[in-house]
Amino acid sequence: MMTNPPQSFREASARLRVQGLLDAGSFTEWLGPARRITSPHLAALDAPVSFDDGVVVGQGLLEAQPVVVIAQEGLFNGGAVGEVHGAKICGALLRAIEMRARAVLLCVDSGGVRLHEANAGLIAISEIMRALFAVQAAGIPVIALVGGTCGAFGGMGIVTRLCDALLISEEGRLGLSGPEVIETVKGVEEFDSRDRALVWRITGGKIRRTLGEATMLLDDDIPAFRAAAAKTMGDRPRQRGLSPDALQTLEAAQRRLEARATLDPGIRDGQQVWQQMGLGEEVALMDPAEFNRCLEARER
Amino acid sequence: MSMNVNVSKKALLDRLFPAGHAVSEVGQVLCGWGQTATGRVHVIGTTAHAAIDTRIALALSAAVLRVVAEDGNHPRPIVFIADTQGQALSRREELLGLNGYFAHLARCVNLARNSGHRLVTLIDGEAVSGGFLAFGLLADVIVALPGAEVRVMDLRAMARITRIPYERLTELAGASPVFAPGADNYWRMGGIHALWTGAEDWAAQLQALLQGSHEDDRARLGAERGGRKLAASVAQEVLYGHG
Repeated sequence: MMTNPPQSFREASARLRVQGLLDAGSFTEWLGPARRITSPHLAALDAPVSFDDGVVVGQGLLEAQPVVVIAQEGLFNGGAVGEVHGAKICGALLRAIEMRARAVLLCVDSGGVRLHEANAGLIAISEIMRALFAVQAAGIPVIALVGGTCGAFGGMGIVTRLCDALLISEEGRLGLSGPEVIETVKGVEEFDSRDRALVWRITGGKIRRTLGEATMLLDDDIPAFRAAAAKTMGDRPRQRGLSPDALQTLEAAQRRLEARATLDPGIRDGQQVWQQMGLGEEVALMDPAEFNRCLEARER
Repeated sequence: MSMNVNVSKKALLDRLFPAGHAVSEVGQVLCGWGQTATGRVHVIGTTAHAAIDTRIALALSAAVLRVVAEDGNHPRPIVFIADTQGQALSRREELLGLNGYFAHLARCVNLARNSGHRLVTLIDGEAVSGGFLAFGLLADVIVALPGAEVRVMDLRAMARITRIPYERLTELAGASPVFAPGADNYWRMGGIHALWTGAEDWAAQLQALLQGSHEDDRARLGAERGGRKLAASVAQEVLYGHG
């Protein structure tokens, strides 16, 4: 085992990520590029189209268990959600229920809504949210994997936080409004989007893991994502139907989020969060495994 | 009697609930009830084009959870009043994980649906992007009131980011509902169920919406109305197709 060479999740295409996550040769794509279902809205604006509209969906095996996998392609239009792209994700989520999948792996690599078809994209993300709720109600865990070049922003940042678990690399980024948008509207003193270290301390995998949003921080390595996804799936036995304590669970989540919002109003940087926890400069140097252990010890 | 509610929202409540309402406004968040011909309904919403931040998102999710807990086995309808310019843009809000607060709010709304509450959204003012996604857009039925502005982004900003000339966008906006702002565009795409006009009896129209299916019918509506021809068929093909 463990002799595979590292394979960057960040640098890989959506299709390579899917191949590397699943058991060898087990992937079957639905509505693949051979079908050439492209976006008519991009074509109408003379913008380039893609034969898969920027998302790969299908089924395969993860350690011999049937799973549905959805992978956005960050290199096509920033992984943004349009009508076809969104409908493929919705259809794949609903098919997970039909085929009684053991889990859904959702590789988010997206800036959110595709502006060329903004209205269709916004509605599609809302439809994805409702389809995701249906998958969870059927007892199927949805595992988000974030480590691509576009991160998970806009509506897809919301969708990512709806998932049952979130696996993220140090280089992975998660948020709602991208730093560029905030800088454009509010000014460079609010958020300097070119300060890469600052962007990482606000949106990056380490701060998202620190705040308890990510389940596990990972190396930028496809086999590491595969192993973590398999472990997460194994840790979550299938439960059919809505949990009877759903109200109590959400009330507890409400209290946790209220507590976080009372964080000292002067805190506007991940570094300050770490300082408040008694963690200093060493945070940046810790590798993901060390960092997970450090946080797990504190969470206990 | 409703307290401290801004003038335009007070007028809306008077028109929706001529038999009475008690709604309070605190920090741009509306919360209370309205009297209909078949009983009280809950009212939860935002005012004055609120930029939804963690504080507002938490107030909305708390209101939804309170309603679900109080009603127990006798769930009353919830009327959401959506009026938002979108999400708050701030570094601190991003650090706090605003997207997670929106996800929590969405979960609370979904819990209400699963607990039997009928969910109706009325857009009064603006409904923009993330602020709209978080709760208004998740209702069973979504209605735009006269003058409602629904959008992701205005056309000038869109032109700048997509590098497509503004003139070209405005020209194409006449033929396609897919990217330009407008409640009517969202109606054609199935994202809004109904557009009410100023002349109608809103109390009666609301009454008619207080019962119905919980199914997400928007892709089908978009296909029927011709504004979103692919969403339903592509999703169906992935769901039932063979490759």
